[in-house]
Amino acid sequence: MSFVAHLINGISLGSVYALIALGYTMVYGIAKMLNFAHGDVIMIGGYVVFVTASGLGINPLAAIIVSMAACTVLGVTIERVAYRPLRGASPLAVLITAIGVSYLLQNVALLVFGSDTKAFSNVVTLPNLELFGGQLIIKSVTIVTVIVSIIIMVGLTFFVRKTKIGRAMTAVSEDQGAAQLMGINVNGTIAVTFAIGSSLAAVAGVLLCSAYPSLTPYTGSMPGIKAFVAAVFGGIGSIPGAFIGGILLGVIENLSKAYISSQLADAIVFSILIIVLLVKPTGLLGRKVLEKV
Amino acid sequence: MKKRMLSLVLAGVMTAALLTGCGGSAGTDAGSADGAAQESAETEETTDAAEETEAADEAAGDEAAAEDGAAQADGDSAGGTFKIGGIGPLTGSNAVYGIAAMNGSQIAVDEINAAGGINGMTVELNFQDDETDSEKSVNAYNALKDWGVQVIDGCVTSACSIAVSAKTAEDQIFQLTPSGSAVDCVATPNAFRVCFSDPNQGAASAQYIGDHSLATKVAVIYDSSDVYSSGIYEKFAAEAESQPFEVVTAGAFTADNKTDFSVQLQQAKDAGADLVFLPIYYNEAALILKQASDMGFSVKFFGCDGLDGILGVKNFDASLTEGVMLLTPFAADATDDLTVKFVTTYKEKFNETPNQFAADGYDAIYTIKAAAEKAGITADMSNEEICAAMQTAMTEITVDGLTGEGITWDASGEPTKEPKAVVIKDGVYTAM
Repeated sequence: MSFVAHLINGISLGSVYALIALGYTMVYGIAKMLNFAHGDVIMIGGYVVFVTASGLGINPLAAIIVSMAACTVLGVTIERVAYRPLRGASPLAVLITAIGVSYLLQNVALLVFGSDTKAFSNVVTLPNLELFGGQLIIKSVTIVTVIVSIIIMVGLTFFVRKTKIGRAMTAVSEDQGAAQLMGINVNGTIAVTFAIGSSLAAVAGVLLCSAYPSLTPYTGSMPGIKAFVAAVFGGIGSIPGAFIGGILLGVIENLSKAYISSQLADAIVFSILIIVLLVKPTGLLGRKVLEKV
Repeated sequence: MKKRMLSLVLAGVMTAALLTGCGGSAGTDAGSADGAAQESAETEETTDAAEETEAADEAAGDEAAAEDGAAQADGDSAGGTFKIGGIGPLTGSNAVYGIAAMNGSQIAVDEINAAGGINGMTVELNFQDDETDSEKSVNAYNALKDWGVQVIDGCVTSACSIAVSAKTAEDQIFQLTPSGSAVDCVATPNAFRVCFSDPNQGAASAQYIGDHSLATKVAVIYDSSDVYSSGIYEKFAAEAESQPFEVVTAGAFTADNKTDFSVQLQQAKDAGADLVFLPIYYNEAALILKQASDMGFSVKFFGCDGLDGILGVKNFDASLTEGVMLLTPFAADATDDLTVKFVTTYKEKFNETPNQFAADGYDAIYTIKAAAEKAGITADMSNEEICAAMQTAMTEITVDGLTGEGITWDASGEPTKEPKAVVIKDGVYTAM
């Protein structure tokens, strides 16, 4: 029974990673850049909901929409100000800029909201699911997070494959120059990618803070990194890969905490990442890109 | 392309490691950011502070002169003055600790002076601000030395206390910290403390749980990456062996992994623990309380002074803290005469309820008094003589204070006292 409980707790943790990883992989898949500020956009999304729902007393669902809008604007602004001018620059320069943006967001949040921990009220008010006469409790927020992740995964896959903008994104991801020659607005397409990625971050932020209700300016950084690992694990750029990677990572982390050592859990998680990358460098579901010379 | 991908991923993993490192020191970063913000206003403040100190000095001088005059007029053979210097944060983010310790100390000084002083000497207290900054703390100490300080009552925070104790050991000035709980605060022979040291809270907690039969099976959840938490845990585990309860699980977590406690709680539940010991800070404890309640695990929680502050977490559902016990030396609603008198005086003078730092400050002054009387300190003794005499006297005195009855000290500077705990009832600390 406790194994099942650990497994469920692992899925609960993994569903949050999966949700964040979807945003990472989306931006990486299209813009071919690692947006390390993603975790901090999540944190800002959490604060927006905290301020609007707890501070101004707006209905939590409306607060989530406000937060999604705010994060979309934030994501597009970051892309416009920090990343677009570096479009032709080396990937390393963009990466460093992303880290810079990440610290900028953390410190701005620190100045605006202070360093004290805010307790986030759970926006998922459904009752928990109790099995076997209360021996096994599945938190409603876990169920909601898993369902939301699946919906987002399916929705994104459909969006990228079937819609006009989605196909433009695929084209941009394969060859920006050629896409531009075909009349695709590359900058616009990447801006839309960031808008979608950031609004997903807001959703992830709300569910992350509902599951672990403590909000600080550093709330997003560690889950962000774990989610990045999950995205690489599943095959970065692959939308279903991010979901599977996230869930697996959460389960591995919790089971190693439970049965090996609670302190070595992170070491084990990162070792698994290294092994996966050695055996299958593109990740579990990563596509092999053939290079034409 | 492939090469570029690989380099990107490698760079990513390295960066991840970098960020992880930074995550761990988040608190420090925040601290330094605060510091930087304050620095801009510093120049101004320093001048102000200097002026204030001067003014205070003058005032103190005048007062002393007046008193001397009065004493002479009365024909009383006054024993001079005994100058106690306090150091603690009176501004900045920890100001609440420093101000409380200063106010508590001041009440004790006033009481002592009203009752005839120490060995006939009038006690003077000069409390300096250190903004929780080790460097400013040493500056404050130097200012106190210029004022002619004889005994240091400070510092209120650990890092400052350590910095100042290096100086007082050099100058041979007796130092008693009311609330510096890090092990190194009393590393020098001239330094003593009123509060329990961090690790000793572990032993005290184990004794308390054992003596009051609070549990038979205890689970521990602690932060193995934090010296405060792991220090308490080690002492707790060692002391638990001689106590009538059993430590069934010890779940550790690290600074990078401090949001999900489901595994540790599940293990505690499976092991049938009836009490979970939390030698951690209140932020993580708040999450643990929430997750335990979510998983339907109803159990007693017991923590140390790190839990002090859990009621102040914004928006936190206080009903989750109902019944949480914590080791804190002072409960303002205790009904013993000493506490009632102290709380009434404190409320009258400062219009708020005193916290444990106020009680530590109060006890510190009475401890200095007891040691000074035992050592037969007189105003004409040099600081070296006072220090040597006080050091010996400290190991011989017994003090009944707010933070414990029958407190004794050994030469290491650590106090021995009965641990006190409070339980949270209806959102307030209640004496147990």
